[in-house]
Amino acid sequence: MGVHDRNPGQGAAARPREYLTFRLGAEEYGIDILKVQEIRGYEQPTRIANAPSFIKGVVNLRGVIVPIVDLRLKFNIGSAEYNDFTVVIILNLGARVVGVVVDSVSDVMELSPEQIRPAPEVSSVVDANFITGLGTLSDRMVILVEIEELMGASDMALVEQAA
Amino acid sequence: MSETHGQSGSADFDLSQFHGVFFEEAGENLANMESLLLALDETSADDESLNAIFRCAHSIKGGAATFGFQDVADLTHVMETLLDKLRRHELAVTTGMIDTLLESGDVLGHLLARHQGGAGEPIDCTELVGRIGALAHGSAAAAPLTAPPAAQAAPAVPAAPVTVPACGPIAGTRVLDIAIGPMDEPSLADHLADLFTEIPGLGTIEATDGGRAGPDRIRRFRVLTQASDADLLDLFSFHVAREQVRIVDGSADAGTAAAPAVASQAPAAAAPVSDSASYGFFDDGPGAPGPADQAPPVAVPAVSAASTKAPAAASRSAKNAERGSSPASNLEQSTIRVPIEKVDQLINLVGELVITQAMLAQTGRNLDPVIHQAMATGLADLERNTRMLQESVMAIRMIPMAVVFNRFPRMLRDLAGKLGKQVELQTIGEDTELDKGLIEKITDPLTHLVRNAADHGIEMPQDRIARGKPAGGTVTLAAAHQGGSVVIEVRDDGRGLNRDKLLRKAAERGLPVHEAMTDQEVYALIFEPGFSTANEVTDVSGRGVGMDVVKRNITSLGGSVEIDSTEGQGMRVSVRLPLTLAIMDGMSVGVARETYIVPLASVVESIHLSADDVKSVGGSARVVEVRNEYLPLVALDELFDVPREPGQAGSGIMIVIEAEGGRVALLVDELIGQHQVVVKNLEANYRKVPGVSGATILGDGRVALILDVSWLVRRARH
Repeated sequence: MGVHDRNPGQGAAARPREYLTFRLGAEEYGIDILKVQEIRGYEQPTRIANAPSFIKGVVNLRGVIVPIVDLRLKFNIGSAEYNDFTVVIILNLGARVVGVVVDSVSDVMELSPEQIRPAPEVSSVVDANFITGLGTLSDRMVILVEIEELMGASDMALVEQAA
Repeated sequence: MSETHGQSGSADFDLSQFHGVFFEEAGENLANMESLLLALDETSADDESLNAIFRCAHSIKGGAATFGFQDVADLTHVMETLLDKLRRHELAVTTGMIDTLLESGDVLGHLLARHQGGAGEPIDCTELVGRIGALAHGSAAAAPLTAPPAAQAAPAVPAAPVTVPACGPIAGTRVLDIAIGPMDEPSLADHLADLFTEIPGLGTIEATDGGRAGPDRIRRFRVLTQASDADLLDLFSFHVAREQVRIVDGSADAGTAAAPAVASQAPAAAAPVSDSASYGFFDDGPGAPGPADQAPPVAVPAVSAASTKAPAAASRSAKNAERGSSPASNLEQSTIRVPIEKVDQLINLVGELVITQAMLAQTGRNLDPVIHQAMATGLADLERNTRMLQESVMAIRMIPMAVVFNRFPRMLRDLAGKLGKQVELQTIGEDTELDKGLIEKITDPLTHLVRNAADHGIEMPQDRIARGKPAGGTVTLAAAHQGGSVVIEVRDDGRGLNRDKLLRKAAERGLPVHEAMTDQEVYALIFEPGFSTANEVTDVSGRGVGMDVVKRNITSLGGSVEIDSTEGQGMRVSVRLPLTLAIMDGMSVGVARETYIVPLASVVESIHLSADDVKSVGGSARVVEVRNEYLPLVALDELFDVPREPGQAGSGIMIVIEAEGGRVALLVDELIGQHQVVVKNLEANYRKVPGVSGATILGDGRVALILDVSWLVRRARH
């Protein structure tokens, strides 16, 4: 995977990009704001039988059936509680619309390439291939995730895998 | 030639009803081609555009050839030859080429308009064909009338007649005035004209009497030909006695008289001819294959019929200037072509409206009807209007089955020829309408079934006679609405299926079969993958080839297939399809706190279940006796692992559902109600879920999953 080709830290001509940051437990993640369609409160989805536990089910988003993935369950970070503050980020990933459950949405952050450091090679629950770098802004560290590829990964079970 | 019509049976059925579709598509292709040509950059023409232009020409050609508009087919053919060389980079695009192609597009538009309108001025395209041909051969300055034979490029279509010179006689060509009659049936003479035009290279013939005999009952024609009088007489004696034909050399006034004479007659000729002899001179498009069969001594491909006509039109080229905008504008019909996404968006929105309406209706029911009477009336109106709106919108996507059926006459004819069989096609219920999406997807399975019926069902003529059947077999395609679904039957009167052979074959292949199986179950064996094998080719033959694919395709559309057969009498395959994929009648059932939708079409009955009705078989499998039949019992809560609160037990309602010829008793907690549901695709944003065929949105905005009944039945069987 050509992760470093996509790394916004490479290439001097790269302009600052905006990231939506959200919390999973104690960690803060950032995703490309252009992939975000909207942010909604959590509503009880319709359960899908025999789906992995992190797929909470499907909801009706103005007539479109949208699957809901709980990233906290997927990455085993924090506790998967559902309360009035639980939010769903609706992602528009090209052909697909997917909702992800996170603990909370922090803010939108602009990061220039020099603020993004390459991620160290550590083993983590999030496949390192999907982490494009670590963004730093004053004392905050944001894990930047390539959300589209993460959602399309086979262990997400969101997309039919060719048999 | 009316007497030939119908001789080859209904397989030769009237294509004219599909002309509308052809004209519409051709018009669109033309418009497309023009815009592509205009956008084409000749210095760096991209392959994509060239391919697209080629496809446009090719589509028009294919349709025109099918419907017998030979002039259109010929012109598009040479265009195609040129475009093919362009897209293969054998030639470089020049402005001249683009101009010529654009001009061809205009001419095509006029030709099409003329075919469509039945009247209008004939157009000579010989010169244009020649120019395109010259371009295709790489000569930039194409001299008019040199007309290099387009046939060289692709002999597949007999384009040779196009090379017959148009304007004025060439060496050896004579101009003859021919008088035929007196005749009792002057319209017979039109058959002569037909016959004449059948023969490539013979020359041209045109009526000089406006297609109608005078009081003397003599028909007059002017002929340009190189053939001798004797040859002409031989030819004409197919239809009229030799004594009735008089041939006079008319070259003296050929140059001057022909054009004005025709010019004055053309409007008069068009109307009566198309009535009295619909395969006459001005309107010889459809049915052209018939005459070719009829006249064996003149073994001529029928497709050349119209092309010889083109030169005839040449003398009228003066009129081309007048071929004003009116015929061409006919192409813009009373229909509009709309991208399918727009329609789908409309359908989606209406679906939303239906849901909202259902929600309002639900809320409204809680209101006091006395106080909120106006509200209740409004809600009732809303419900009615919503339903009507929904029906109207759904109707946009509905197209008649004829669109599919019209593919088969030709296919069956070719197939019968290849197999040496006599097969007649009957179609019933072509007007039955079906969702466009379904029509597209059902075409391949149906093609397969029809081919199977002709190939394996219908016997050879001698075998049929030996069995006391007529030598010609019949394949029947029938479509009809049945409740909320469409049933399409493919019937043949061939040899049918042999139960014993099927059983033996299945046993050989290790399939679980036994003698007690019902006929239905035995016949269903042919849907097993790869069931057919070579050693049965002589008898039950390869009917299994691809039948599993047919069945899978139909099942994936939410339909079902059934087979019925009587050995020696034939077989019937019934395909049942939902009317539309977008809306369905559903029964909502509750399991614990979840709601599922069962397609109403598959619900047989629902029965309250008491504990002692359930018997266990082999420890875990449970069956239940319903009307002297033991059905496998499937508990939905176990199947879908529905979470239950402690102490909560299902109340035990059993729904008998049926699919693919099998039945299953589905155990649920409660029946909630019946309603129309808008079927939503689960795969659009998620993936296929086993046991679930789709999803819908309930009145309260929640999503409910629609059960895949076929899957449930299949699962219970294994």
